Amino acid sequence: MATTSAPQRAADPQVTYDDVTRTVYRTLGNPGKGYYALLGTAVAMLAWGVICLLYLLRYGLGLAGYSMPAYWAIYITCFVFWVGIAHSGTLISAILFLFRAGWRTAVYRCAEIMTVFAVMTAGLFPLIHIGRQWFFYWLVPYPNERGLWPNFKSPLVWDEFAIGTYFTVSTCFLIMGLIPDIAAVRDIATGWRKKMYALTSLGWRGTNEQWRHYRPAYLYLAALATPLVLSVHSVVSWDFAMAQVPAWHETLFAPYFVAGAIYSGCAMVITLLVPLRKFFHLEEIVTIRHFENLAKLCLTTGMIVCYAYSVENFVAWYGGPTPEREAFLYRAFGKFWWAGWTMNICNAFLPWLLWFKKVRTNITALFVIAFFVNLGMWMERFVIIAVHLAGEPFNKFVAAGYNATWADWGIMAGSFGWFFMWFLLFVKNFPSVSVAEVKEELPPPQRAAARHA
Amino acid sequence: MTLANPLTAIFAPPPTPGVLGVFGHLDSTVSAIEELKRTGHRDFTVYSPLPRHELEHALAQPVSPVRAFTLIGGISGCAIGAWISLYMSYDWPVQVGGKTIGSIPAYVVIMFEMTVLFGALTTLLGVVLNVLLAARHQGTIAYDPRFTNDKFGIFVPAEAAQAGRVEGVLKGCGAEEVRRG
Repeated sequence: MATTSAPQRAADPQVTYDDVTRTVYRTLGNPGKGYYALLGTAVAMLAWGVICLLYLLRYGLGLAGYSMPAYWAIYITCFVFWVGIAHSGTLISAILFLFRAGWRTAVYRCAEIMTVFAVMTAGLFPLIHIGRQWFFYWLVPYPNERGLWPNFKSPLVWDEFAIGTYFTVSTCFLIMGLIPDIAAVRDIATGWRKKMYALTSLGWRGTNEQWRHYRPAYLYLAALATPLVLSVHSVVSWDFAMAQVPAWHETLFAPYFVAGAIYSGCAMVITLLVPLRKFFHLEEIVTIRHFENLAKLCLTTGMIVCYAYSVENFVAWYGGPTPEREAFLYRAFGKFWWAGWTMNICNAFLPWLLWFKKVRTNITALFVIAFFVNLGMWMERFVIIAVHLAGEPFNKFVAAGYNATWADWGIMAGSFGWFFMWFLLFVKNFPSVSVAEVKEELPPPQRAAARHA
Repeated sequence: MTLANPLTAIFAPPPTPGVLGVFGHLDSTVSAIEELKRTGHRDFTVYSPLPRHELEHALAQPVSPVRAFTLIGGISGCAIGAWISLYMSYDWPVQVGGKTIGSIPAYVVIMFEMTVLFGALTTLLGVVLNVLLAARHQGTIAYDPRFTNDKFGIFVPAEAAQAGRVEGVLKGCGAEEVRRG
């Protein structure tokens, strides 16, 4: 079953509409001890992050290890990391929907909830980073006391619009896809869950009038979300590329960041799907084929990332001015050589393993590779942001260096706790696999076929 | 004197009398739709657990007006994006980086993001409004929880006098279960 190809699977009379609804419904019920252990770990990490944040509020950003000229470090690294994680969710749910890639149906919900929670996590970091969190509303475009407006030529203002739009649109898209599925579990649920689903399914009954408006709306939302996949991380990359810092000021940055975002996002989808499939017994719905396709996406974007690394190093050597060349030498052989090489090995060399079908169809291997891809992609952002600021070769404060502190790591751990807490709460309470869309991939029950059989 | 509760009046009008057929197969549902249309029924409701183009073809409904909501929302969003960035620049002109006060290329990002944001929100609004209007038109009609799982259904509004004939049509087309709701 697990290795059957698409046409064989589609013709398989064993899986019925009822099986799909019940398989997804089974994932909701009462959680076991393992679930509570994971949730407890996530909440504990979040609590540690909150404690560190309270210290940061009390003692100020000096606690974050900043020293001239490195004022963007772990928080902005985490911001870019989490925004990047979000991207593959929209790629799988919107772009593959427009391309009519049938395999997405089984995995897209998981990717989409990852998107929403990852953007939610990412959105915390600019707020933490600004230092005076109680003035967060200064980001909103309104004039200050003297009638001065925000500077719309600044990529930071673009970024605020981009992230705000991305979060709103991906949340709308997630909720839109959820409505028919919540209705499906509502109709077989009992007790308080039935009440919760009755409220959250917004009166969905699958009438022809509902589908008539729902289907085009879903298509338009997908069409609107599609350019966001490419634009949001491009805008994030311009936060750096617009600044005149060596190794930041590159035209390559937008496609380089988008490819990196999808690369890390696919790795995160694999990281989340492997345990989800095992613990929720979704082997019939999420098959090896899905993992192989995700691995192929990882391979494609990994190759682009590898190419981008080669180009930026080559350009620094071949055409670049001295500061650019020195910045790349600092990346490879400076104080943070370990971060630079972790990034190179995990992102540029590791994806080559995915050329082999044996690796792509081995779930354990994929899980391990996905972990290292996530590690490598976090390092990439750390190198680009903190290392290149710390190593600005023409800066007179260059000896100041930069060291992350316990508060940085605590808040970062807190962000992982925050993300996994929401993810775990979601998958036990709402359908983590699309019910209606998986059914679309099955042959419909036909009376004519029943007569022949 | 008791005043009508507007919420109840909108969302839960009195049950519409009619006949509900439960179908286990897609092709029998399609043939029932065609048969009902042939016998002059227009305002029946079809339930299905998933969207199927066979049902859409058989029903041949007009194109949903949601696309107009998306288009108008998108265009308005783009205009609002252009307006806020240009107005705010000229309201207190500050020269930044030697660029013109209202530098369009930089503001394209804002215009694009606002297009997507407003387009998406008005699309949602379009669905909600159209579905609510349709629900109001249908009234409270019979439903079966199996319709979101593995059964298709057709509800035909009919007075007691016609109900027998409608039941005959639905059964003739292969309904597994027919009841009056």
